[in-house]
Formats: sequence, structure tokens, C-alpha cells
Amino acid sequence: MAATATNNPLLQATNRGLECTAGGFTIDPYQSTRISVITHAHADHARRVAEVYYAAKSSVALLKKRLGDDIDIRGVEFGQPFQLGDTSVSLHPAGHVLGSAQVRVEHNGEVWVFTGDFKRDPDPSCEAFELVPCDTFITEATFALPVYQWQPGSDVAAEIWQWWQSMRAADRPAILFCYALGKAQRVLSELTQYTDLPVYLHGAVTPLTDIYRQAGVSMLPTCAVDIKDKRKCYNGELIIAPPGASGSRWVQRFPKAGTGFCSGWMRVRGNRRRRGYDRGFVLSDHADWNGLLRTIEETGARQVLTTHGQAGALIRLLKERGIDARELTTRYNADGESDVSDAV
Amino acid sequence: MKAFSQLYQTLDQTTSTNAKVAAMAAYFNNATAEDAAWAVYFLSGRRLKRLIGASLLRRWLAECSDLPEWLVEDCYANVGDLAETIALLIAKPSESENSMTLAEQVTALQALSGETEDLQKSIITTWWQTQDYSTCFIVNKLLTGGLRVGVSQLLLARAVAQHADLPRTVILHRLMGEWTPDTSFWHALISEDDGSADISRPYPFCLASPLEDEADALGSIEDWIAEWKWDGIRAQLIHRDQQLFIWSRGEELITKKFPDITDAIGALPDGMVLDGEILPWNNEGVLPFSELQRRIGRKTVGKKLLSEVPCVFVAYDCMEHNGQDIRQQPLYQRRAVLTELLSAYTNDLHLSKPVNARSWQQLAELRGESRQRLVEGLMLKHRNAAFHTGRKRGQYWKWKVEPYTVDAVLLYAQAGHGKRSNLYTDYTFGVWQNDTLVPIAKAYSGLTNKEITTLDKWIRKNTVEKFGPVRSVVTEQVFELAFEGINASSRHKSGIAVRFPRIARWRQDLSPEDADTLAQIQQLITTKDN
Repeated sequence: MAATATNNPLLQATNRGLECTAGGFTIDPYQSTRISVITHAHADHARRVAEVYYAAKSSVALLKKRLGDDIDIRGVEFGQPFQLGDTSVSLHPAGHVLGSAQVRVEHNGEVWVFTGDFKRDPDPSCEAFELVPCDTFITEATFALPVYQWQPGSDVAAEIWQWWQSMRAADRPAILFCYALGKAQRVLSELTQYTDLPVYLHGAVTPLTDIYRQAGVSMLPTCAVDIKDKRKCYNGELIIAPPGASGSRWVQRFPKAGTGFCSGWMRVRGNRRRRGYDRGFVLSDHADWNGLLRTIEETGARQVLTTHGQAGALIRLLKERGIDARELTTRYNADGESDVSDAV
Repeated sequence: MKAFSQLYQTLDQTTSTNAKVAAMAAYFNNATAEDAAWAVYFLSGRRLKRLIGASLLRRWLAECSDLPEWLVEDCYANVGDLAETIALLIAKPSESENSMTLAEQVTALQALSGETEDLQKSIITTWWQTQDYSTCFIVNKLLTGGLRVGVSQLLLARAVAQHADLPRTVILHRLMGEWTPDTSFWHALISEDDGSADISRPYPFCLASPLEDEADALGSIEDWIAEWKWDGIRAQLIHRDQQLFIWSRGEELITKKFPDITDAIGALPDGMVLDGEILPWNNEGVLPFSELQRRIGRKTVGKKLLSEVPCVFVAYDCMEHNGQDIRQQPLYQRRAVLTELLSAYTNDLHLSKPVNARSWQQLAELRGESRQRLVEGLMLKHRNAAFHTGRKRGQYWKWKVEPYTVDAVLLYAQAGHGKRSNLYTDYTFGVWQNDTLVPIAKAYSGLTNKEITTLDKWIRKNTVEKFGPVRSVVTEQVFELAFEGINASSRHKSGIAVRFPRIARWRQDLSPEDADTLAQIQQLITTKDN
């Protein structure tokens, strides 16, 4: 089986995406293709390049929102195998965002799993990660250094709530920058433990939050920021905006605001200071170092491939432990060493 | 430690200067004199003598965190700060039981000196494992060097001034020079009457701003005194109580390094402080700055070096005369005092003579001679200006000559530290010598944040090889570099050394073939020597 894996890999990183010849499909393609399987709705994984899309049922609304209502998309139940070419494919929760999936591909008794993006930590806004044993494990490696270790999301939410309260006491708006899909809704959901105050949303966050609400995720009440309404006072309010809005004219509407940023990158002080936010909250939707190692071990995989992130150290360590490990070159939010990725 | 680490966090979490001042003042209001003295010590950028080498700490860290040494190195390269790396890998997330005060912690650190390595290791690694993140981080910061929390001397002085209800300038003055952070220092710092004035204490330096507009916008040239902007070490000479002190701008006591100058000031009357520039100067006049560097590096100077690179003091100003602080007098009066002093008592100190011109136009022409004169340009000082503290716009301007520029190709990049850790911001550039590019300069500054991010992405995509933290890149990006001076150098592969190199522009319009050649740059050296 190991010989098959090296001679004729079931999944290959090509210029089209993560391609499966035996199954006649591509996972998270970046170039035009006929049949695609999509792990989740973030822009580096979901592009409008395929004729047919297979994805987890709970991500269909998000994908339509991002790629267009007219895409030919087949919503699949988690854990239900379906046939593509000569392969049997199934999707399993990745715990990254709502509807995010790992893709399990089986062919001639050999099992490969691609994680897309994943995390192990509990998240009340999406399905919990499910461990899928496999022969070859293709994993993301965004935060693959031991300095990246996460606190429970509910603890981070407590810090955010404390900060919000201090901004209320100071009578200033609190702008929290979060990725519009996933992180924003996770924060809105975690905060329900502490308050039922409404939160204001930047225009880019509202439609995605609506989809989460329709999916039954419990979140704080939200309302849209109306930038044209000059009389509206936002002092003491929490405002959630995508990182791209930082430094834009939109932000100038709130001159007195304190700013915070939610991201795994905030674990390292230099990253926060460089971005110039007042507060950095270490909240990530990716696996941390221990999460990566633990997951790799638990899958029982004999071969580990990484798709994106700073994989050098992880691969070296796995090799020292006798696991066949290698880096694949893909275009999924490429270089984890930088903090360019919003989807963290 | 808790109060101090909380202060650090507050300072680190805000960009507002008012909030920083308020946080420090609040700390001083509640701190003991002992702790306050140490807080001032660290906040003013001072550091403890390094007790334990960084490589030893990294080795202990590897053992303690149960990680291979190479992985600890990888983490350190990624984080860019050893104290932080230790805290990230080891510290407990929860509250710690460390009940030591700042002063106690410092004493405990200092007590490590002279102990066996085993004992040092056991004490330090126990700290690491028993403290919460922020305390662990701070203790490591104290252990590994500076605090670097982004507080300027001025902000610190504002906070102490607010706490003591004294003028800021008084505090700034009292913070100058060398002092021991103990309770008596703190009491003297905040006391109404500074009876126990330290005779070695220098005045805060008066700094000029770069002239950005045309000079004639300054009004009548009659109101201004122009002097050459000499390229040496800015320094203060103090003669009080029969004792002599020379301070550099970096607040370093350099008296012993310049016996040729102390000999000369000994002749001047007591109760006197002068501002000026130390310059290498032989019978033929001023020498290039690189000669002075040979003197700076030494603790004491031998006869040979003294005769090869004699130094002089060129005096700009007089701040104290007959024991009186005369900084508030108008400049023309202080200059009269200075001129009188120098002519009456010594021939061995030089006066920075005014550069006389009848019009701005004529002065601009004289400024054109700067390079031949081995000066950086001109200083423009208002006749009525007081000797102010720090940088205040309006009365002191530096009017430097345009820098040299060269088009060079990016060869290597390395991740920065602190704010720039994790981001490729330290660049090495090269120019053509026949068919190869030879490195001529490293530069860190000059790009906008946006350009840095763009370039960082480009570097990651166009890496050719990795050597530890350094990456060589595809030789494709051309930058215009600016620098102040250029000297022949046997230590550099290219045979030249440039001063203050920085990036003037990213020349995306140029291809690597358009970059300059080494021969073209070498010509600049020749021009200068002629």
C-alpha cells in the first residue's frame, strides 16, 4: 500500500488544485475544472472555477453567497460516502468554520484525508472536528511551531468581554477586527455566555452572520452600522469589522475607538505591535502546534503531507519520529510565516 | 512584580502617549521608592549587566520545554525575541504566585552573578516554570537586556513630573548622566530642592530638526547664525569642582577616551559646561569620520593612536558659566560668552565659527562646499534661541547636503526583530562588478509599511536559498539607496563602506541591469578626497 502511495499518489498538488485522477475531481481547485469538492467557503479554498461543486450541506448557503446563486452545487451530509469516478468520497467536520469539511478519499482500500483548514478546539458556531483514520494525511500547517498554543475560546471571549466593558466605562467605541466568515460568528456566539447586548456589524459581516443564524447558531443580537447616519453615537458599543476595514475611511467614522484584532498571529507580540492594534486576542480557527501533532498521531497515518503554512519544523520533527513527511506546494493561503492571511 | 508587569502591559497595549504617561504616573503613585527607582532605570532604557549568555538560555529552554534545540532556534527566529520565546514555550497561562517586588526580583537576578552554572540554571528554570506569562516575560526581559517598551525619555520625565508635581525639564535634567537606582536617587529625583546636585550631570542636549522648506522661508538671514554641521561625536564638556567630564549624546561618559581634549579644557575656568563636537583633526584639518571610529572603539587610547588620530573639540555653545545655568539667555549672548572664554583661556579648543553670508542664496552656495569640507551641511540657529531641551521645531535647523544615491539590487533578506519580527525587513543590496553583484550595504529603513508587506510577500515567493534566518532572493528588485558618506574599507568584500544607508525609493521601473556598478561608486570616494 505504501508503494502505491509513492508511485501513483491518490491526490496530487497540480496547478489545478489538489487533484484526484482516479476520482476525476479536484479538491479546492484554483483553475477551471469539471468536478470539484470544496472544503470550506474561505476565498483561498472556494473559487468559481468548477462546473460542479460538492460540499457539506451546511456550507452550501455560504458558498452560494460567495460564488453566486447559480453555481451547480450538491450539498452532502457529513459521513455519507458518495462515488466519484473509481473512488469513494466522504466529508467529515473539520471544526474550522460552519460547514467546513475534511475530505476522505478511498481507492483500492487505500485512504487519504485532506483537512482543508481545521481546529480541534470547541467552537459553538460550527460542527466539531471529527477524527478520520487514514493512510495518508494531508494537513494544513498554518501555525506549525510550538510557540503557537491556544487558550480555550471561551477564555478569550472573557478577555474580549472585559475589554468591551472597559471601553464602555471609558465611553468609547470598541472595534474588533475579525475575519468576516467564521471568526466574527464564533465571537458573537462565545459572547452569549457573558451578555445579551447587541453588537454592530460592518456591511461585509452581516450577510454571513445571517446565514449562520438561519443555520441555528446562537449568537448575540446584531445590527448594521449605518455609516450615513451622522447622529448615531457608538460610544460603548462593540463593532465587528473585517481586518480589511482597518485603516480605511470607514474606520475614520469612529475616531475615538479602541481597536482589537482576533487572530492566532496575535500570540506573538511583534505581529500585534506591527499592525498597531491596541489589543490582540489570540483566537484562531486553525489547529495549534499540539493540535497538529495530536491529530497526526491519532489518524495513524504513515505518510503526512502539508499544504500550507510554515511546515519546515513540523516536517523535520515528524521525520525524526520516523514518519514519512513532505511539503506540497499549493495556493491555499500560502505562506503562514507572514500574517497576510485573514482567514486565521 | 505584578504591578510592574501590569504597567508594562498597559504601556504595550496603547499607542496613546497620554495613556502611557497616566499609567506610569499611577505606577509611581503606588510604588515604593525602591521599586520606583528601578522602574525609572528600566523605563529609561537602562539595562542590567548581562548575566547569562543567550545561547546558554536557549539550551536551558530546550531542556525545559522538552523540545530539540533546533526547534527552539526555529521558534526564536520566528518570534524574534528570546524573552518572549521563553514565555511562549514555558510559562503557565494562569496567575503565578510570584510575590517578589521589582526591587527584590532585581536583587535576586543580580545575586545570580558569580554562582555556579548549575545553580543559575536551577533558579532561572524554576522561575520560568512557576510564573504566569507576563511576569515570566518581564523577568526574562530584565535578564536578557532591555525592556524596550516604547517609552521615550520625554514621556518618562512627564510621568515623573506629574507624580512629583515638578517641571518636566527639571526631571529630564536629573535623569541625565550616571546614577544608581536606589531610594536616595528616587527621593532626589522627585524632591522640591535638588541640593545634592551631582557635579558630573550634563544638561539635556538641544536638538535640531531637518529643514524641509526653502531656507529663505525662515525670514531675514540677519536673524540667523549659520555654522557648519560637523560630522563627529556630539558631546558636552563639564568643568566643575576642579573635575572634568565629557559626555556623549548617548549619555555615555567618555572622558577617558579623549585625553587630548581633557588636557585642553583643564585650562578653562571652573563652573562651566560647553556643547560641541569631538572631531578627528590633524595639522591639515578635519579627518573623515571613519578615523574617529578607530578612537571610539577603545576604552583607553595608546600613544600611537593619539598621534595618528588626534582629536579636538569644536565648541557650539555654552550652557553654564561661573556656575550659573545660562541656557535661557539668547544664543547671541551665549556665543559671546563662549567666544570670550575660548580666546581668553585656551588655544586648544576650537570655536565653531559662524559661516557668514549676506543672503540665503550665498549661504546655499557655501553649503555646496560641504562635501569638500567633510561636513554634513549647515546648522541654522536663531540668534535669540534658548538652549532648549530635546527637539523643538522652529529655532534650530539642520540643513544637510543631499545624500549620495545609488541604484542597487536586493540580494538577501532577513526577518527583523521586535515590531518587525516575522517579516523580512533587513535587506542586503549589491551593485555590479563585471558580471556579478557584490554586496555594498545593508538597509532597514525607508520603505512604507505597505511596501514592506508587498516586498515581504515577494521575498517569500522568490527565495533562492535559505541560510539559517537569511534568504537569498532572485536578483530582480532594484532600490535607490541614499547614504551620507563613503569610505574605502578593507573589511568589506566590495572594498567600500557607506554611512547611514537607507532606502530612498523602490525602483520598480528599473531592471537589475540598470543598477550601478562598483566602479561608479568608487569614483565617489575619489571625488571626496580631492
